[in-house]
Amino acid sequence: MNIVVLVKQVPDTWSERKLSDSDHTLDRASADAVLDEINERAVEEALLAKEAHGGEVTALCMGPERATEAIRKALSMGADKAVHLSDEALHGTDAVGTAKALAKVVGTLESVDMIIAGNESTDGRSGAVPAMLAELLGWPQLTYARSLSLDGSTVTIERETDAGVTSVRAELPAVVSVTEKINEPRYPSFKGIMAAKKKPVSTLTLADAGIDAGEVGLSGALTQMVSSAPAPPKEAGQQVTDEGDGGTRIVEFLSGKNLV
Amino acid sequence: MPVERILATTEATDLLNLTKDIARNELAPEAARAEETGNFPHEKFELLGEAGLLSLPYPEAHGGANQPYETYLQVLEEISSAWMTVGVGLSVHTMSCYPLVEFGTDAQRERWLGEMLGGHTLGAYALSEPQAGSDAGALRTRAERNGAGYAVTGTKCWITHGGVADFYTLMARTSEDEISCLLVDGNTPGLVAASPEHKMGLTGSPTTELVLDGAPVAAERLIGGEGNGLRIALRALDSGRLGIAACAVGLAQAALDQALEYARQRTQFGRSIIRFQGLEFMIADMEAAVHSARATYLDAARRRDAGLAFGRQASVAKLVATDAAMKVTTDAVQVLGGAGYTTDFPVERYMREAKVLQIFEGTNQIQRMVIGRDLAGA
Ligand SMILES: Cc1cc2nc3c(=O)[nH]c(=O)nc-3n(C[C@H](O)[C@H](O)[C@H](O)COP(=O)(O)OP(=O)(O)OC[C@H]3O[C@@H](n4cnc5c(N)ncnc54)[C@H](O)[C@@H]3O)c2cc1C
Repeated sequence: MNIVVLVKQVPDTWSERKLSDSDHTLDRASADAVLDEINERAVEEALLAKEAHGGEVTALCMGPERATEAIRKALSMGADKAVHLSDEALHGTDAVGTAKALAKVVGTLESVDMIIAGNESTDGRSGAVPAMLAELLGWPQLTYARSLSLDGSTVTIERETDAGVTSVRAELPAVVSVTEKINEPRYPSFKGIMAAKKKPVSTLTLADAGIDAGEVGLSGALTQMVSSAPAPPKEAGQQVTDEGDGGTRIVEFLSGKNLV
Repeated sequence: MPVERILATTEATDLLNLTKDIARNELAPEAARAEETGNFPHEKFELLGEAGLLSLPYPEAHGGANQPYETYLQVLEEISSAWMTVGVGLSVHTMSCYPLVEFGTDAQRERWLGEMLGGHTLGAYALSEPQAGSDAGALRTRAERNGAGYAVTGTKCWITHGGVADFYTLMARTSEDEISCLLVDGNTPGLVAASPEHKMGLTGSPTTELVLDGAPVAAERLIGGEGNGLRIALRALDSGRLGIAACAVGLAQAALDQALEYARQRTQFGRSIIRFQGLEFMIADMEAAVHSARATYLDAARRRDAGLAFGRQASVAKLVATDAAMKVTTDAVQVLGGAGYTTDFPVERYMREAKVLQIFEGTNQIQRMVIGRDLAGA
């Protein structure tokens, strides 16, 4: 079972996150950068699968040089090796370009049985890359997995969305994206940190991976961010004074928000 | 506010990242409640042990991580920032392993160190006695030689991890004028921990008397030869004090962060209170205290890592950092006003926790004495 885990470095959700004024891309220098939490769960799921079925886990990351820290975290958790697609020309790549680039890199790897990704990153939140990647590879996509099980050459997930829970099965190779309910990721250990330093990380440029520079970067992006504004500050909540009808009014409020 | 650190190696960077994750996700959320109920967080030490954080400065051959003090202390600072009981516990555990690491024989290290550094056991350091606090050399606990080893009798007091420790690095008198260091198993018959002291802070960490009544300790458990116990104990304290300095900086940073966050959002007289110079300068002084205390302990740590004498510098660091922590936590309560005086915010607890840092591992009066004597003798 050879598993590729997609990992992304994102600004720490605990730090203040900003977009750059010039091109509305993420100002990666201004915030603490960490391995996306959802990717920790993806790595954990890959490690669990490896521990049960053998094989190898490869962390695949597209990102600037600084992303090596996020890669090292995946390796220190237990991934066996990593591939880092890093090229100045990738700056500003949109979701479609990202999926195309990742598909090319996956093409350079031998015998991949499954790709595991987070369902959406905590920074871009397009939530589209896993599905687009599956499409480009011509593989089945099992998205929003809250659990995953492997049986011979098939993978089965419980898919959980607002609409409910469905059980979905596909033949391998397949792309799976996981939600935050999938597992609790392990912490690395000092031993894992030391082992990670010796694990192979191959760094690829666009040319190395055979990626057409015209399809990525700001210029190759199909979508463009034209303006951005900070989210408005939270407004004070609405107070309901109970005049005997408190219960009814709370239900009215909740149903107004489509919560009940 | 995350502290921006200059770290020399990728493993130090990764260790600090791991520590911050654990501190933020596993320690900080539970600290207030556990301190209120006085519950010792044993499982948190298990977690640190699993992650390899309970043995950082010791040799890899025995299960340690062979990390410089510069790195270990910054890990300790981050942990203390989230939960002082766990930070102090880690520091005391590390100190209680020191005598065996430095003064034990190969055979002794082979036999016990692996387990002590394995991450599943916790140590304690037993020097103080009711009549021997600052004057540690006045200790009276006796280790009387008999056939198989020693029978230890006496009362230790103020023992951090008393009753929960797996082993005690204990100083006792092997003759009228000789103090020796013994590695005592926590399950030794005749060794009983009294019920924990009722303290004003650090309430999650048990501090107890330890009563020994003819407790048998095998001769192989004597560390560093008879008569060297006080010297070993004081050497351990040199390194331990660096640990307490790092704990103090972590605590002060936590108080500063809380004060800053509050001062930015609290408005009075139509503007946020941090815009009043009276308060702004107070916060600037807090930052200066934290920053200079950190620089001081890091400098002493680098001396230790470089193999230079560092005892005086460790005392300076302990004195500067713990006084800074006392001042900064007190001022943090002031910045929060009435809110700071309530248990709705952690700063009143920080203030209570800061006080003990000025007292244990040598009171700050004793630190001045150590510094002064070293200068006078030099
Ligand atoms: C929470 C806690 C945990 C502790 N953990 C441990 C532990 O794990 N192991 C352990 O062995 N001990 C431990 N201690 C003991 C601690 O190290 C002692 O409390 C400390 O050394 C002071 O001793 P004392 O309390 O007897 O005070 P005393 O020595 O009686 O001092 C009282 C006052 O007199 C001052 N003083 C004393 N001598 C002088 C002098 N020569 N010049 C000027 N001033 C002086 C002191 O500074 C202090 O202000 C702990 C204490 C506490 C409170």
